[in-house]
Amino acid sequence: MSTSVSEFKTRAAEKTGDLRLRQFIRTALRGYETARDRRKGAFQSWESARQAAAETKWEAVNHLDTHLESLVARLEARGTKVHWASTGEQAREIIAQILRDKKARSIIKSKAMTSEEIHLNHALEKEGFTVVESDLGEFIVQLRHEAPYHIVFPSMHLTRDEIRDLFQKELGDAPSNTPEDLTMVARRVMRQKYIAADVGFTGANFAIAETGMISITENEGNARLTAALPKTMVTLLGIEKVLPRFADLALFLPMLATAGAGQPMTCYNTMYSGPRQAGECDGPEEWHVVLLDNRRTELLADAEQRDALHCIRCGACLNVCPIFRNVGGHTYGTTYSGPVGSVITPHLRGLQEWKHLSNASSLCGACTEACPVKIDLHHHLLQNRRNASAAEPAFFERLAYQIFGILANEPKFWWLAKKLGWLTQPLHGAVKGSAIDPAKAWTKTRDLPPMPMETFKDWWRNRK
Amino acid sequence: MSERENILGRIREALQTRAPFPGSHGETVAPVSAGSPASHAREWLPSVGASIEEQFDLFARNAADLKADFQLFASREELKTGLLKLRDAEKWTRVASHGGTLTDFACQALGLPAMLTDRGYDVQEMEKCDAGISECDALIAQTGGVAVTSRSAGGRALSVLPPHHVVLARREQLVADLPAAFELLRQKYAPDYPSMISFITGPSRTGDIERILVLGAHGPKKLTIMVF
Repeated sequence: MSTSVSEFKTRAAEKTGDLRLRQFIRTALRGYETARDRRKGAFQSWESARQAAAETKWEAVNHLDTHLESLVARLEARGTKVHWASTGEQAREIIAQILRDKKARSIIKSKAMTSEEIHLNHALEKEGFTVVESDLGEFIVQLRHEAPYHIVFPSMHLTRDEIRDLFQKELGDAPSNTPEDLTMVARRVMRQKYIAADVGFTGANFAIAETGMISITENEGNARLTAALPKTMVTLLGIEKVLPRFADLALFLPMLATAGAGQPMTCYNTMYSGPRQAGECDGPEEWHVVLLDNRRTELLADAEQRDALHCIRCGACLNVCPIFRNVGGHTYGTTYSGPVGSVITPHLRGLQEWKHLSNASSLCGACTEACPVKIDLHHHLLQNRRNASAAEPAFFERLAYQIFGILANEPKFWWLAKKLGWLTQPLHGAVKGSAIDPAKAWTKTRDLPPMPMETFKDWWRNRK
Repeated sequence: MSERENILGRIREALQTRAPFPGSHGETVAPVSAGSPASHAREWLPSVGASIEEQFDLFARNAADLKADFQLFASREELKTGLLKLRDAEKWTRVASHGGTLTDFACQALGLPAMLTDRGYDVQEMEKCDAGISECDALIAQTGGVAVTSRSAGGRALSVLPPHHVVLARREQLVADLPAAFELLRQKYAPDYPSMISFITGPSRTGDIERILVLGAHGPKKLTIMVF
């Protein structure tokens, strides 16, 4: 068994046993569901909007080369420096080189899952740069030296008391445990960091091919400040983020807010098309956009699952997933968790090592239904299972199904198996749930119903 | 070969195989709309009333939902009274703003020292201002928010750094919905867009601690939209 499987199992067992945490997460997500349903209800047709969003993303992803070229040409025309990175390592090196060239010391960051994906903070800190996460949730998990729990709500697993204790310990400042007071502590700490930072780092939610812009969605205003105050700005952009037209945002911005947080629009939706332009009074003098592949092109090559690149990282599939709700975000051990993480991680980091995530699903389809861009998530989980077993068949599983096939195809064998099962089942009690129990995975936490002597067929035949 | 060529090469190779159209399940389906799907967004997004009055009502309801303070005045004189009331209630001593018809009028009316961003400014000084006063490009009935740009609203920081953002606008700047707002921006600026365009929908907020709403996470704690 690979380490990621055994770690997944250990953490899942631990987290599902933590009833307090499960209750806490359930309460938070119930609030989200109510708000989301209210906002979806306000749409004249949420379903048509989903279909249109899916078609727009399909168009973008299936003509990715031309859209990227258009995006880059327009960005460069207005003085933006564009870099291309095939791997996470290349992206880290490009960014570190920009910082070295600028003789930068401190970097203020707004939330970017792509930077989590390439473990950017760790690499920069090792080189001696100071990196500060400005999104409140990211700031909290950074102080805890932890990965985000959720791609949209990074600190949703922590209570106000835990956050107060953390602030007290790390910042020496926590007047009370109210969310209001704690938020104001972070606001005060961060204000001077924005002003002092040499470089502002952001992610991006969308990139517009037609006009050469990136679009950032946020609520706090931290990305706005990150892109306004430091002299140099760096943006790390996954190549799949493109949308063809500026006007597409009129659909995508409210859909992202609705699916992601149950809001009609998030507080700030900002499009950047260059560094400070002639006649403008502020903004960075230099803007670097780093385009990141990091095996997205491998996912693109899988036509069956290509729509997984439509993902706008709203987190809706995580919020509704019964597995995510119970095992929690950290159990996955991946940057992207929940259903979409289970679909894409095997492509980004290796099928055999990460195939277990596709088994951690009840295939209920709640994720597919929640997805605002109609990614066929639960079928992709099935396809990952199929691909994994086709590439590396599990010997005992195959053997078991072959034996079952022989038994089920021959009535005499089937009859014999049933009778033997009935006769030997009472003996099962002696080993039930123990290490030598062949049905251990099932019986450890469940009962096996007793097999009746008389089958339905027997009963039907003898019913008079 | 450069990384650019490598990545584009891999993309082109991958796209040799066609991916199924969304929702087709192996069958041929017509797209929900010909050409650009988003061009029909108006039919699906939340509805807005047909008349200006309905749209102002909707704007007011949405703004209240977002905890923004929306004030509609009958005249410039009334707007002036409103500004003075705000100044006194909040005990402003210094504001930040930019050159513009409405902002010049407001700065004069307030009679306070005003830091203008137009020719560059000191960030620490702006941070100490009690309010940032700006104009905007549009008010959007559908969302209860405003659209600002680095060109029309005093740069990138004025609308987020001071603790209170005051937006001044005229009635005719109201647009019905998001598609109309994007169309307006396109007509006004394309192809030479300002380097920053921002849709501001309510004061800065966070829910990162126990999903409880707190205003003023990093940006302004208060957003006042004054229209005449």
